[in-house]
This record gives sequence, structure tokens and C-alpha cells, in this order.
Amino acid sequence: MKELVVISGKGGAGKTSIVASFAALAKNKVMADCDVDAADLHLLLEPHIRHREEFRSGKSAVIDAECCTQCGKCREVCRYQAISEDYVVDKIACEGCGVCVHFCPEQAIELRENLSGEWFISDTRFGTLVHAKLGIAEENSGKLVALVRQNAKLLAQEDGSDLILADGAPGIGCPVISSITGASAVLVVTEPTLSGIHDMKRVVDLAGHFQIPTFICVNKFDINEQLTAQVETFCQQRRLKLMGRIPYDTVVTKAMVQGKTVVEYSSGLVAKEIEKLWRQISYALAGD
Amino acid sequence: MIIAIASGKGGTGKTTLATNLAMNLARKGQQVQLLDCDVEEPNCHLFLKPIIETTETVSLPVPQVDEQKCTGCGQCGQICEFSAIVCIKEKVLTFPELCHGCGGCTLVCPEGAICETPREIGVIEQGRADEIQFVHGRLRVGEAMSPPLIREVKERVSHQGTSIIDAPPGTSCPVIEAIRGSDICILVTEPTPFGLNDLVLAVGMVRALELPHAVIINRADVGDRKVVEYCRQEGIDLLMEIPDDRRIARGYSRGQLILDVAPEYEDKFQMLMDKIETMSASEEVKA
Ligand code: SF4
Ligand code: SF4
Ligand code: SF4
Ligand code: SF4
Repeated sequence: MKELVVISGKGGAGKTSIVASFAALAKNKVMADCDVDAADLHLLLEPHIRHREEFRSGKSAVIDAECCTQCGKCREVCRYQAISEDYVVDKIACEGCGVCVHFCPEQAIELRENLSGEWFISDTRFGTLVHAKLGIAEENSGKLVALVRQNAKLLAQEDGSDLILADGAPGIGCPVISSITGASAVLVVTEPTLSGIHDMKRVVDLAGHFQIPTFICVNKFDINEQLTAQVETFCQQRRLKLMGRIPYDTVVTKAMVQGKTVVEYSSGLVAKEIEKLWRQISYALAGD
Repeated sequence: MIIAIASGKGGTGKTTLATNLAMNLARKGQQVQLLDCDVEEPNCHLFLKPIIETTETVSLPVPQVDEQKCTGCGQCGQICEFSAIVCIKEKVLTFPELCHGCGGCTLVCPEGAICETPREIGVIEQGRADEIQFVHGRLRVGEAMSPPLIREVKERVSHQGTSIIDAPPGTSCPVIEAIRGSDICILVTEPTPFGLNDLVLAVGMVRALELPHAVIINRADVGDRKVVEYCRQEGIDLLMEIPDDRRIARGYSRGQLILDVAPEYEDKFQMLMDKIETMSASEEVKA
């Protein structure tokens, strides 16, 4: 079984629209949305939730005002200024380190687990989707992402699927590390803008750091062909496979407004290029 | 005044807005600072091209154990909530990448066997872009701890004139770290189903933090009108709509400010600033 994770570093490059089209094209797969902070894939796949579970992670300190003698020890040891002058813990600032709990002479503090999100297994018109929603202001430590991938993998094994198709997390921090470690390959979707290229280089380094085979695709390549050429040069230098060049077209937004993937909505140039991209990628994945 | 610019999802035009707003103020001779808190993917420098004057490394204090003094009592491992220090068969192992730098193990060690050493998580660079005081953080590639670096960037808020913060995308910890304590948070979105979905999450976030907030729609004519309807229903001020404009898109791809490719925006950004000031003044009255 192969696992392809699509990432982009920067948002807005068109990653999710491309993943959704792949979802329509790929056969016998399980899909995973690892962008648990700002998940969008479900908007195009219309999932019917078949199973949901709470996600608990991280802890926060809670002070029992009855037992507290206001001795001030906890405020002294807390490095995150999470305890107010009147001895109330600011849940958002609290790191959950438990140092105050240990040093409170009155045992007035306890650590409580946070309910920090939910995750789901859903049916969609393209097959099974595992997705999640992190609660607001929660730590995106990558644990929920790991849980989504783990469950996608279990389901793929049960169903005898050949592929896990994952919409990766943005950025280069914990969540994206969690979404790519151990994957068969990553596809980096970039756009020919200075910031797009800047962020692409950072995620390419990251994938390199974990020694994951990396493919590149330039979306909206015709908005600046000079910069597209720069991406091509970069790929040659790094010996990365440039898998596709997709033109800019408002059809992508139009399809999105209709809640459809581009390949369902249109048979124009963008849809053709995405189909070609998918053929190349499945070929490369099979060859590994 | 501290203005934070955020968005539920990336790529909506947060950086565009932050940099143009800052440059417009600077060109009008006002004191302005720009802090790029999107430390995983800092982009403001690509548009402002600052001259960097100082570079500092930012570290987290992680434990270092003196084996001579350590008796293997295991108390350090017991206090650590993050499994960053463990004691197995009277031998202590540390995992610095997991350490949150809380200092618990050092405090608890009865033998004084632990001291803290810095572990680099990223750098902060400061400089000037024209008259803008520029600050950004850059997380080390492969590094997981962005909130402490963001905290350090925010320590450099000048509290004079206007400080503009470019926040990371999303609604989780790093974003909260970036926007908390600001006077107003501006949410940038696009008029598409993705844009609306992410805006609703972002509004939930600013409401949880009780931050005054308003919305700006970028590429305002590409999708549908549901974002506008949503703002009206929720009573959220819509401060500006920036239409999809080839000049802006091409300029953006090359790292140019809107102000430099579409000069009529000078007045529009000034009007935006006036609205922000009026909002923040009325917030003060409420408070
Ligand atoms: S250390 Fe315990 S008793 Fe002292 S102020 Fe804190 S909570 Fe209260
Ligand atoms: S658990 Fe840690 S961060 Fe939270 S209040 Fe206690 S000492 Fe502070
Ligand atoms: S608490 Fe101190 S003495 Fe005890 S195991 Fe840890 S380092 Fe060694
Ligand atoms: S400083 Fe805190 S997080 Fe780091 S090893 Fe010590 S107890 Fe664990």
C-alpha cells in the first residue's frame, strides 16, 4: 500500500482542489484530511459521518480556590505566566507542564485533560474519508494528524485499498511533520510567486530531512512564467521530478462554489492537466 | 495600537494586507512596526525587502544532567509531562526536541544535578524597510516548537505608533500566541466556500479571545456572496473588498506591493486605517 501526501507550505496554492480531483480519479483508496486546523476537503467531498470520536490531548492546570491559601508558589514556578494574581489559570496560556501541581504545598492544583477536538470516519462519493476538527485555540501538536493517518491506514488495510491519499497540513512545523513522516511520497503544490517558491523550498528541505521522495507541481504556472522557470531550475538542481504544470483558470473557483471537484465540473485544460498529473504520479508510485 | 492580521486559511492575502498597510503608514511619515509572526513561512520580507541589522538566535532552555551528581532517583522523569526526560535503571535520558522548557526537572532535582542549556529553535531578524521597523522570526526547518519563537517576536512590539502583526494561518496555538494582546484583529478571507468555512473558524477564535475584529475580502469578485451575507448576519464589520486585479496578482508574484502597482490604493488603505482607528476608539469607549 502506498501513501501520497499533498503539501504546499503556503496556503492558497490550490492543494485541496488538486487532492479533491485526485480523489475523483484514484481507484480503490482511502482519503485522509490532515489539515485538521482549517480542513476544507470535506466541502468538496460532502462526507456522511459514519463514526465520530473525541480527541483528548494536552492538559491544563485547575486551581481549587477552596484549598488555595494564596501562598504564591505556583505563580513563582510557572514559566508561562499562566496564573493570574487572583490565582486563576489562563487555560490558553497554560502549557500543561504540571510544575505548579508538583510545588503547590496545599495540593490545590490538578491537571485536567483537554477535550481538544474530534475526528471522523465518513463515506463520500469517492470512498472513505478520515478527517478531524481541532478545537479552537488548541495545540496542533501533530497528534490529531497522526491519529487521522493511523486510522486511514487501518481502514485501507481492512478494505484492501492500494492507496492512501492525504491532504497534508500547511507550514513546516509539527502538523506537517506529522503528516509526512513515513509516507511513500509527497507532492508539493506550489505557485509561481516569490512567496510560493520560498515556501516550496522550505517544505522540500523538510521532506528531504525525512528522506521522503518528493514530486513538484506548479499550479497557476502561467501567472508568472519567469518564476515557473525558476521552479523548473530548482527541480533540476535538486533532482526532483516536476510532475505537472497547471494553468490558471477561474473554473477552479467555479467548481468549488458548486461543491464539485474540477475534474467533475469541467473537461477543460485544467481538468486535463490534473488528469495527466495524476497518471504520472500513480505511475511513479507504482514504480517505487 | 497593535493590529493583528489573521485568516483561517493561508494564501488569502494576510501578508499582502499587512505589508501594504505598514508601507502606507510609513510613507505618510507615521511611526510603524511590522512583526511577521508566521514563523514557519515568513513572507513579509519578500515584499518589504528590509535591510536586516540584527540577528539573534532564540532558544529554549533544555535540561543537561551532570552524571556525577545524579543518583538516579527518577524525580525528573516523574515531573515531566512531555516525556522529554526519563530515568531508566537509574540512568537519565533527555529528548531535547520534546522539551517545552518548563524548568520542572531542574527545580525538582534534589541533587542539583540538572542545569539548563539553550537549544536553538530559530532566529529573530530585525531591521528597517524604508521607515518601517521590521521584525520577523524564522523557525528552524524540522523544528516543532513555534509558539515560544512567536512569543519572542512579540516581546519586540514597540508600543509606540502602530504595530502590525502578520499572524500564521489557522486557529490553533501559534495563531493565538500571535494575535493575543492586540487591539484589533483583522480577518482576511476569500469569497469562496473554503474562504467562508475558514472564516467561521477564525471568527470563533477571535470571539473566544474576546478580541475586537473585522473582515476584509480579498479577490472579492471571484466566488459567491456568502461571505458578505455571513458578515451581515453576524454583525461583523466588513472593512474593505479588494477585487481580483491582474496588476495586483502579477505584482504579488514578483514581490511587489499593491501600492506600487495600483497607486489608487494609497487612498483606500488610508480609508481602511481610518476605519480601524474609529473601531478601536469605540472599543475603548466600550471598555
Ligand atoms: S501554590 Fe497552591 S496554595 Fe499556593 S497559591 Fe498556588 S494554588 Fe494556592
Ligand atoms: S501547568 Fe505549567 S503552565 Fe500551567 S499553570 Fe501550571 S506551571 Fe503554569
Ligand atoms: S532528579 Fe536529579 S538526581 Fe534524580 S534522576 Fe533526575 S537528574 Fe538524577
Ligand atoms: S524542562 Fe520541563 S519539559 Fe523539559 S525536560 Fe524538564 S520537565 Fe520536561
